[in-house]
Amino acid sequence: MILDLFVQGAQMVLVLLLAPLLTGFVRKVKARLLRRQGASVFQPYRDLLRLLRKDIVLAENASWLFRVTPYLVFAATWVAAALVPTIATGLMFNWTADLIALIALLASARFFLALAGMDVGTSFGGIGSSREVMIASLAEPAMLLIVFTLALVAGSTQLSTVAAFMASPAVGLRVSLGLALMALIMVAIAENARIPVDNPATHLELTMVHEAMVLEYSGRHLAMIEFAASLKLLLYVSLIACVFVPWGLAVSDAGLAAYIVGAVAYAGKLAAGGFLLALFETAVAKMRVFRVPEFLGAALMLGFLGTLLLFVSRSL
Amino acid sequence: MVIRHRERHESMGAMPVAAILWCVASLLVAGVFSVVLGRRAGFHRVTYGASLTACSVALFSAGADLTLYGGAASTLTLPLGLPWLGAHFRLDALAAFFLVVVNLGGAAASLYGLGYGRHESAPHRVLPFFPVFLAGMNLVVLADDAFTFLLSWEFMSLTSWALVMAHHQDRDNVRAGYIYLVMASFGTLALLLALGLLAGPGGAYGFEAIRAADHTPGIVALVLALILIGAGSKAGLVPLHVWLPLAHPAAPSHVSALMSGVMTKVAVYGFVRIGFDLLGEPTWWASMIVLALGGITAVLGVLYALMQHDLKRLLAYHTVENIGIIFIGLGLALAFQANGMGWAAALALTAALFHVLNHSLFKSLLFFGAGAVLTATGERDMEHLGGLIHRMPYTSFAFLVGCVAISALPPLNGFVSEWLTFQAILQSPQLPQWGLKIMVPAVGSLLALSAALAAACFVKAFGVAFLGRARTAAADQAQDVDCFSLAAMFLFAALCLIAGILPGPVMDGLSPVTLALLGDRMPVQMGVPWLSIVPIAESRSSYNGALVFVFIAMSAGLAVYVIHRFASHAVRRAPAWDCGFPDPSPVTQYTAGSFAQPIRRVFGTLVFRAREQVEMPPPGDARPARLHVDMKDLVWDILYAPVATAIGFAADRLNHLQFLTIRRYLSLVFLALVTLLLVLALWP
Repeated sequence: MILDLFVQGAQMVLVLLLAPLLTGFVRKVKARLLRRQGASVFQPYRDLLRLLRKDIVLAENASWLFRVTPYLVFAATWVAAALVPTIATGLMFNWTADLIALIALLASARFFLALAGMDVGTSFGGIGSSREVMIASLAEPAMLLIVFTLALVAGSTQLSTVAAFMASPAVGLRVSLGLALMALIMVAIAENARIPVDNPATHLELTMVHEAMVLEYSGRHLAMIEFAASLKLLLYVSLIACVFVPWGLAVSDAGLAAYIVGAVAYAGKLAAGGFLLALFETAVAKMRVFRVPEFLGAALMLGFLGTLLLFVSRSL
Repeated sequence: MVIRHRERHESMGAMPVAAILWCVASLLVAGVFSVVLGRRAGFHRVTYGASLTACSVALFSAGADLTLYGGAASTLTLPLGLPWLGAHFRLDALAAFFLVVVNLGGAAASLYGLGYGRHESAPHRVLPFFPVFLAGMNLVVLADDAFTFLLSWEFMSLTSWALVMAHHQDRDNVRAGYIYLVMASFGTLALLLALGLLAGPGGAYGFEAIRAADHTPGIVALVLALILIGAGSKAGLVPLHVWLPLAHPAAPSHVSALMSGVMTKVAVYGFVRIGFDLLGEPTWWASMIVLALGGITAVLGVLYALMQHDLKRLLAYHTVENIGIIFIGLGLALAFQANGMGWAAALALTAALFHVLNHSLFKSLLFFGAGAVLTATGERDMEHLGGLIHRMPYTSFAFLVGCVAISALPPLNGFVSEWLTFQAILQSPQLPQWGLKIMVPAVGSLLALSAALAAACFVKAFGVAFLGRARTAAADQAQDVDCFSLAAMFLFAALCLIAGILPGPVMDGLSPVTLALLGDRMPVQMGVPWLSIVPIAESRSSYNGALVFVFIAMSAGLAVYVIHRFASHAVRRAPAWDCGFPDPSPVTQYTAGSFAQPIRRVFGTLVFRAREQVEMPPPGDARPARLHVDMKDLVWDILYAPVATAIGFAADRLNHLQFLTIRRYLSLVFLALVTLLLVLALWP
């Protein structure tokens, strides 16, 4: 009991500590791919600390909702990230929220962030919010269909059970899982506002989606939102890792050695995921905003096809 | 009053049903008194007070029957109605659950009316009909024979029509009332035929006799089609929904809340009572139709809602979406039951009924909020609102809770019922029929799409109306509303949270209903550790709203504490940044139309045939550029407009018949008689 609680607590702290590192790593790899030196991988930590120490400049007509949202977004993302198995499956509170609830938690965070974009009453905030909900209105159903596929294969929507099943030899090669993986990667790119859907490093307001929404934020509020974005990236990489490359995951009450193996494997998966993301982002160009629905529509169709195949035959 | 008992093996006497009938009687009396005294200043307190009391008593009677006595049936026959039949009333688990929904909504609407009714310009047009409308809805749920059921149904329709017409000076309301009346009569006609077919040529009108009788597959198919039309048109299933977004917003806001939150649920009750209870064992192809209608209704409802700028109309269209979600649950329950998967059917039906309760909570709450905005600003158009979160902080908070709940976001209640529906969908690969195997994932993706679009819709509703800067002087000078209205809103906001973090008791409370209708129930939820809910087994899925709530609260609290303690807590107010070019004019904000534009471009070109035309003056011309958006309501254009044209044409042709001589009339009557006699003689 105490040990379980400790492992769950350690997981919560772990995701918190690793999230900025992953963001820094992706930026570093992107810089090196572009033949730049790039900032240190620890730069996101320094940015966060600096933002936390600064005063907030709050717009005159910002309401309480605007001030509460950063913390709500951060908390919802953190809770969601802490429920994804990273090093070990069978965490103490894994059963609190299954995959569907996990997606809904992220949707709650986005709901409040989109509202905050509308709060000050500027045109850029509105642009960001309206585009964000348009992207979400396609990304979320695609994600749910991916969950359907996984749940039908593993016979459960519990992430721990799904991960354990995927690590077992029972799973085999399946067409539907391939489709789900492709769809999940597309959704993850859209959800994390990465190129080609959105550009996290853009300085042109009219091309912004996520950044336009949070344009009015500053100081510790901005720190919370940036932190939540890093956590979300970590969450999606962990999710893809624990479902599609579950090797090395320790089972719940394994010994210390298993946890160490799990930790090393997890670090390797994060590095690989971050590297692939950076490589992909360097290789493609950003899409026009109204091409995004086609991109996500493809993810939706892939997810639907995966689910349909499983309805037709359990072995596909 | 003569009361005759009927002995039944499970009967517990007539006590609970008599208690509720007394409440109905007092509602009727309150209505009659309001006819006489309704014009007096302050009389609204008497009417709404009486409604509040009667509904509360009925709520507790029904709730006690459902929770304490496990939905034990009690019956009562009054010597009213048809002389050889009498009026039969019966309270069983299903009726008790729907009575809870009806009277909870009724009590809150009465509470809200105590404050809101003060602003009513024509109280004598609202007060007599309000309690009587509540009585009608109670009677529909209690009725135990076809005659009483139809009479109460029509009574409910007519009283609500009278409430829609309360502000009849407005031409739009008159049109809404007319379309509502036509659709309601059409729906009742379908139900009349359905129940007539069920009662058979012998005229066995009692539900008991209908339940016991064997119905041929042809009759079952016809009855199903007819109740989908009859109950579906009242509930708002696409394509029978056209009256709903016109009529619901036209009524005073607490009546809108009742119509959207409660009356549509009475329609769902009608479908469940006939489709699940009276018809007996369902067939799998029936579930296909229900599922398809539910899926289409859910997505079209929310897309229509997204395109609205009128706050109350947006909410009314959104009711259509939620009815779709409920019917998806009902269709799944039918499919499972037809294949003998009782446990899965119980899960699907629990999900649908849970959503019935949830929707009645948050939709009433949102309509109360829209009513408060209407009282404070006189505006329903979102393009004339904005910034209300500063002027009406309490209303805004309650409305926000409703928005989060209806968008199916954890930890509130809307998420739980959608989660249960998803869990039911995940059980469906075990269904043997190929049609269902392909239909269910398609419906599942429509449900997922509608859930995501609902969140977009309520970001728009709350963001445009309550956030940003005031777009008109009326919105700038709004004041928060009276304490009765706020009490009703906060009551429902609290219930949304409680049902969201403690869904176990609600699901256990629904088990008598599923036991009575399907002969199966979900696992007991109250014994699960940590108050989680586990629909099938813990290894398959579980959800714990309370812990999610606690975790979010703790993490957010921790973050706030750590940052304010160790980092910075200073705040400086300054003009908005807006990339360095802030414009003081509120028209530079995003509007409801511009917010919905991306989604209109993605979905609207197909669903609404939306066309955008930009009129750009040449350089040097000082005229403003203009954007025209042209959208069509295809359901109206394809289905209703031709019917209306055909009826108009036929009426024009038949108009001559009014101006014939007596000689011709006589020969017409004679011809008709001969034809009828011939038909009778030739009838096999």
